[in-house]
Amino acid sequence: MRRWLKRAQSLRVTLWTLIVPPTTWAAHFLFSYLWAAVSCARLGMWARFPTAFVIGTVLALLVIVAAGVIAWQQARTPGTPAPHDSGTEIDRLRFVAYATLLLSALSFVAVVFTAMPVIVLSDCR
Amino acid sequence: MMRGTRVTIIAGAAGALSACNAHQSTLAPFGADAADIRHLFLVMLAGAVVIAAGVALLMRHAVRAPEDRLTHHQGMRLVLWLGGVIPTVVLLGLLVWSLPYMKPRPLGPADLQIAIEGEQFWWRVTYRPPGAAAVESANEVRIPVGRTVAFRLTAADVVHSFWIPGLAGKMDMIPGRTNTLVVRADKAGRYRGQCAEFCGLSHALMALDVVAMEPAAFDAWLAAERRPATATGQGAALFAANGCNACHTIRRAGQAGAIGPDLTHFGSRQTLAAGILPMTTANVAGFIRHPEKTKPGVRMPAFPQLTHGEATAIARYLQGLQ
Repeated sequence: MRRWLKRAQSLRVTLWTLIVPPTTWAAHFLFSYLWAAVSCARLGMWARFPTAFVIGTVLALLVIVAAGVIAWQQARTPGTPAPHDSGTEIDRLRFVAYATLLLSALSFVAVVFTAMPVIVLSDCR
Repeated sequence: MMRGTRVTIIAGAAGALSACNAHQSTLAPFGADAADIRHLFLVMLAGAVVIAAGVALLMRHAVRAPEDRLTHHQGMRLVLWLGGVIPTVVLLGLLVWSLPYMKPRPLGPADLQIAIEGEQFWWRVTYRPPGAAAVESANEVRIPVGRTVAFRLTAADVVHSFWIPGLAGKMDMIPGRTNTLVVRADKAGRYRGQCAEFCGLSHALMALDVVAMEPAAFDAWLAAERRPATATGQGAALFAANGCNACHTIRRAGQAGAIGPDLTHFGSRQTLAAGILPMTTANVAGFIRHPEKTKPGVRMPAFPQLTHGEATAIARYLQGLQ
C-alpha cells in the first residue's frame, strides 16, 4: 500500500488528469441513460440486469478513487510554506491536485446518486 | 400576543388548505400513490424546515461571533463537514428512503385496464376488463376500490396531462404514444381530475369526474354500462334530424359517430362538458345551442337555429339515457 502511495506521489497531476473524474462520471451517466433507453425500447425490460450495471458502476468508482488517491498524494507535495498560493511550480501542482481531489469526491457522489435509482427502480415505466 | 395570533392564523390556514378541497387534493388522498406523495411531501417539508432553521441559526451565530473565533484550519473543517459531508449524507439518506416510494406499482394480466384519450377538451374513456369486451364512455372514470387499475393514456390532438390529485401523480398524454399509470383507490367517493398540461383555449375547463366504488358495486355498474341505454320522446327524433349522431355515439339507437363524447349513458353522469356544469336540463339545452359560451375553442358546432323548446327536448332525451 505504502509502495503504491509512493508511486502515486511520483506521478504528475496536470489539467488533463484533472478532468478524469468528471469525465468518468459523464461516461457512466450517459451509459446509464443509453442502456435504460435501449433496453426498454428494444426488449421492453431490463436485460442482463443488475450484475453488469453494478460491475460498470464499481469500475467507474474505482477509476475515480484512483484519481482521487493520486491527487491526494500530489496535494501533499512538500516544498514552499503555507498558504501555497504563490506562482511556483509546487504551488501550482498542489492547487491542481487539490482541485482534482475535490472533483473526485464530487464525481464519486454523483456516480452513486446516478446508480441508485437505476438499481432500485429497474422498471421501464 | 401578535406573534401568537399570527401562528394561529398560519396553522389554521394550513389546516384549511388541506381540507377545503377534499375531492381534488393530494393532501386529501383516496389512493395509495397519492398517500405516498403526501407522506413524501410532509417528511421533506419537515426536513426542509429543520435545515432552514439550522442554517438561519448558523448565520445568526456567524454574524455575531467575534472575528477570530475559528482558526483557518477549523474554518476549513467546518466548510468540509457542513458544506460537503453532511449535505451529501443527508441527500443520500433521502434518496435511499424515497426511492421505494417511486417504484411503479406492479401490474398483472388480470387487472382492469382503462384506456383514456385526451382530446380538446374532453376525455374518451374505454374500459377494458380482462376477458370481456370493451365498454366506451366519456368524461367520467369509475374505478373499484382496493383493486389495481392501469390507465393507458394517450392523446388525439395535442399533449394533455392526466391528473387525479387525490389518486396518484400526473402523467402526460402524448399523441402517438401510450403511457401507463397504475393506481389503486383505497376510499370510495366522488372525486375530480384535471388536465394538467396547457392544451388550448379551454384547457382549464377540461376536468374529469372520478368515482371510486366498492368492487361489487363497480362490477354491477360496469355490467349496466355495457348495456345500451334507451330513451324516447321528441328529443330522439330531433337528435337524429340535427345530425348529432354524426359525432356522438348512443348505442342501441344506432348512432355511431366517433368524433365527440359517447353519450350512451349520458344521463347517469354527474356533470356536463367534462366536469364543468351541473347536469341540469337547462345547462344541457344551453350547451347544445351555444357550447362555445361554456368552452371557448370547443370543436362542437353551435346550434343557435334550434328553438329553446327543441334544445330542451333534446336535453330531456339525453338525460333520459341512464
